[in-house]
Amino acid sequence: MAKVTIDGKSIEVPDGTTILNAARMIGGDIVPPAMCYYSKLKTSGGYCRTCLVKVAQGSAKDPRPMPKPVPSCRQTVMDGMVVENITSPEIVEARAGVVEFLLLNHPLDCPICDQAGECHLQDLGYEHGKMKTRYEFKRREFEKIDIGDKIKLHMTRCILCYRCVKVADQLCSCRNHGVMNRGDVAEISTYIENVVDKDMSGNMIDVCPVGALTDKTFRFKSRVWFTKPVDAHRTCDKCCGKVRLWYKGEEVLRVTARKDKYGEVEDWICNSCRFDHKKTSDWVIEGASHIDHHSVISANHYETGKALENLKSDIERHQKQLKENKFALGQGAMNPNNV
Amino acid sequence: MQSLTNRSKVVSNKKMTFMERIYLPAIFGGMMITLGHFFRKKTTVQYPEVKRPFAPVYRGMHVLKRDENGAERCTACGLCAVACPAEAITMVAAERKPGEEKLYREEKYASTYEINMLRCIFCGDCEDACPKESIFLTDRIVPSDSFRDKFVYGKDLLVEPMEENKRIDISKRQTKEVLEFKKHKEFQHNRLK
Repeated sequence: MAKVTIDGKSIEVPDGTTILNAARMIGGDIVPPAMCYYSKLKTSGGYCRTCLVKVAQGSAKDPRPMPKPVPSCRQTVMDGMVVENITSPEIVEARAGVVEFLLLNHPLDCPICDQAGECHLQDLGYEHGKMKTRYEFKRREFEKIDIGDKIKLHMTRCILCYRCVKVADQLCSCRNHGVMNRGDVAEISTYIENVVDKDMSGNMIDVCPVGALTDKTFRFKSRVWFTKPVDAHRTCDKCCGKVRLWYKGEEVLRVTARKDKYGEVEDWICNSCRFDHKKTSDWVIEGASHIDHHSVISANHYETGKALENLKSDIERHQKQLKENKFALGQGAMNPNNV
Repeated sequence: MQSLTNRSKVVSNKKMTFMERIYLPAIFGGMMITLGHFFRKKTTVQYPEVKRPFAPVYRGMHVLKRDENGAERCTACGLCAVACPAEAITMVAAERKPGEEKLYREEKYASTYEINMLRCIFCGDCEDACPKESIFLTDRIVPSDSFRDKFVYGKDLLVEPMEENKRIDISKRQTKEVLEFKKHKEFQHNRLK
């Protein structure tokens, strides 16, 4: 066991736990954001640098600080480690810089993108006041392709987090796409279009933190904030069958897996649940999904029962955080003019 | 009885004098006031032949702008609809097909776009929300009608005509300061390619 202190909050965690997971065990807003790390995918993480933290004290035996910010998704804890995340102005600034780097080649076509409203890069940019880019040069350009028969790839939006590659490796029977070339010209590709057809491959859409991989059956059907999420299940022999249906009126526009507060799916779902069962009669409805009230998807949603209780506690938590954490926002990181 | 305010008047029932009883001086006085109004400046105008100038900030009927090449700027992003406090705007998006680049600026466009003018409160929030400089409120008036369904304006009434000389002028809504601000390099992604 190792005792680690993150932003003044201590916790005992098993040896070999990463700083990010230790922070998630504590919970709250000290959890570093992650664009490439995915707790349900093995060997994920270490690419995007969004989860940088400062290690102010390496361990009890060797209390020297680490010389550079470290990626918390890969750095394991040591006994007596002291970590600073949002309490360190240096880290808040470094993360804002990382966000800007992620936006370098991003086309900023959010008005067109189907992911808008549930996009992690959008949230991250907004949280760090990076709603625009300083980059003036030509961005890398790719044609949009049908990477699978039901999946569209917009390579221009990709941030190369490798999550979809790991989904194909770990969930599908075989992988037929990957990252080709290196550096600036690295791209997710298959060489041949329409080949990603293995079962469970639809989970790539859910794990993609940006709008690079999107559901073709939902393409341009509706903006996500005009649809209403409802939890439902069915008995499926290939997956858990627990999904979220996105309704517009009486029509199910798309089916996704349920996501937790870190935007990670709770359980993988198979392609047949995702693409082929879009009738209310296919599903047993459990009730309206709980959406964080800070999300644009919660606009005009009226929650009842347990979801309403969740919503109330959500609002209380956010208000408490606002009172506590004024110091973390005072460093200009939240100021949109400070680009 | 003591009055509560000094505004009360005691009504008297005294007899009128001869001059008051013939009423003519009072009638003549009244006629003079009426006559005097003939020579004053008129406060009304003969609408629709004469139209009053609108204030530069007047917000009337919406227009969906086209860009310099005549392509529709709207990309059906739905931000106007989510910003609308009256929930007056609805739209359906569609994907642009190859060969339609002259018609629609982005790869997605609004196949239907409707504003319910009875719900609209002309606040201009849609204009603020629009990331594509597509929707603007103009100084045109929404004409009256006898049927409620005529007030649901579709793209036929909202999109400006393709012809160069029939475009709707929105320069009043785009002040020099706004245009200068938009020249900033950070908005380049919204400029023409």
